[in-house]
Amino acid sequence: MAAISRDEVANLARLARITMSDAELDHLAGEMDVILGAVARVQEVAGADVPATSHPLAVNNVSREDVVTPSLTPAETLSGAPASEDQRFKVPQILGEE
Amino acid sequence: MSIRDNASVMAAALANKEISAVELANQHYEQIASVDKNVHAFLYLDKEGALAQAKEVDKKRAAGEKLSPLAGVPLALKDVMTQKGVPTTCGSKMLEGWRPPYDSTVVTKLKSAGIVILGKTNMDEFAMGSSTENSAFGPTHNPWDLTRIPGGSGGGSSASLAAYEAPLAIGTDTGGSIRQPAAVTGTVGVKPTYGGVSRYGLVAFSSSLDQAGPCARTVLDAALLHQVIAGFDPKDSTSINQAVPDVVAAAKKLDIKGMKIGVVKQLAGDGYQKGVESKFNEAVAELVKLGAEIIEVSCPNFEYALAAYYLIAPSECSSNLARFDSMRFGLRIGDDGVKGAEEVMNLTRQAGFGREVKRRIILGTYALSSGYYDAYYGSAQKVRTLIKRDFDAAFEKCDVLISPTAPTTAFKIGEKSNDPLAMYLNDIATIPVNMAGIGGMSLPCGLAEEDNLPVGFQIMSPAMKDDRMYLVGGALEAALLSKWGKPILDFAPKLAGSK
Repeated sequence: MAAISRDEVANLARLARITMSDAELDHLAGEMDVILGAVARVQEVAGADVPATSHPLAVNNVSREDVVTPSLTPAETLSGAPASEDQRFKVPQILGEE
Repeated sequence: MSIRDNASVMAAALANKEISAVELANQHYEQIASVDKNVHAFLYLDKEGALAQAKEVDKKRAAGEKLSPLAGVPLALKDVMTQKGVPTTCGSKMLEGWRPPYDSTVVTKLKSAGIVILGKTNMDEFAMGSSTENSAFGPTHNPWDLTRIPGGSGGGSSASLAAYEAPLAIGTDTGGSIRQPAAVTGTVGVKPTYGGVSRYGLVAFSSSLDQAGPCARTVLDAALLHQVIAGFDPKDSTSINQAVPDVVAAAKKLDIKGMKIGVVKQLAGDGYQKGVESKFNEAVAELVKLGAEIIEVSCPNFEYALAAYYLIAPSECSSNLARFDSMRFGLRIGDDGVKGAEEVMNLTRQAGFGREVKRRIILGTYALSSGYYDAYYGSAQKVRTLIKRDFDAAFEKCDVLISPTAPTTAFKIGEKSNDPLAMYLNDIATIPVNMAGIGGMSLPCGLAEEDNLPVGFQIMSPAMKDDRMYLVGGALEAALLSKWGKPILDFAPKLAGSK
């Protein structure tokens, strides 16, 4: 049995906000099945007694004094925006959708 | 002085006023103009900015100001690092035309050292790949054989060095993207200790693994560049607040008598090309002649490193690449005034991301989804612990560890592009280093007898002991140079139009 179905891949694409054509889904479902088969072997050695490592360093929260430092101007901040208006990012409608 | 000289020789010529920084930059632009149509190492040339920078260095030198050792030496910058006002694409259509409003910390440091940034180099899209074939702007070609890959993801940086288009380059290494390109092009590449070089302005792929580092044609040149870019940065919360080890002194020392060097048993055998293993073994024999003690060490969990990497890196990538949502910067598709934000986002991500990036986002989304998290991402994190333990045990017995950098020499463009698993195997020897956050270097150790292509030799050092890999690398490089009688790149066929 396949590790992952085409429907599951379609659902993942929806969650990841990527539109996919039928052809893309067919192709990716096959590839995902092969890749998952190969990476699943991590389970062979991941015993309950082994702690997880999420990061190579012991990461601590870093804080600093709340002082004003130079920052980007509004024009610089908006310089890469696909659309802007009145010093704001202009985005497609977010209301009026289901 | 010629463009085939090392960066340190160029730096001396500049200091002695035998050549100006402007002349040196122009010589490199001439070389780029004649060879890059075939190599395609660069995505963008910032001639105006570079020459202005060079002019500034020349002016300061003429005024007798004290300059940093590499002032006026040109450099090629991987297109994953932001440079203010200069297009930064990460090899993706998603960022085509984007000009960042700020400099990465690495670029800030390069600029203040007077290093002249010639342009931005090609890469696999968002640094995902081992061949540069995943660039949305076409592959880079290996200067040793234009039908072959220059490694990846930093194939543009490695190729620019091997084609004498630049004497120095910056790369980034998440699972081998500095070291494997160095290996297959006969150049030197170093992944510093995680946290040793700031990630501020490095467009994130997998934040717990990504690390920028120096690329060069010699160990000493890499050390000189390492010294410039390394150090604590308050803008990166994972930056290590400790003194940078003296890598330049280490590269010059050339004395490794009595050092304990561990050969990792698991990074050999099946899947490693015959010529890769024989050149590696010949280099080990050189280390013995230099007075090092060779110890075989076993790291049994390295066998699971590749599988764990292809869960951790895609998981972090699926989260990091969520920022490419078409709202604040980059590509936007389908905004017709009728479609809503979510639909525009979906269409933009379909059009803007290439196949490998989509594959990894979907894989990561799966590994992180509820019901599968423990079995996949959770298990991979445990393997990460086991790999760290293997390294810790090995470094109790050894000062550094060694292996081949990549299992094969450069393969043909197109040979593995339809087989993701075969492609992933290129990183089998480089990935453990990233998983543990330690340092790794690749330097050339000869040409494989089957195909006359360069073989990479990897040196791994404990965290924040980066000087040890420069010490061993510098000594080995000197021994091999005297054995060969000339630098390895002098064995490469001459590119059409090259100086």
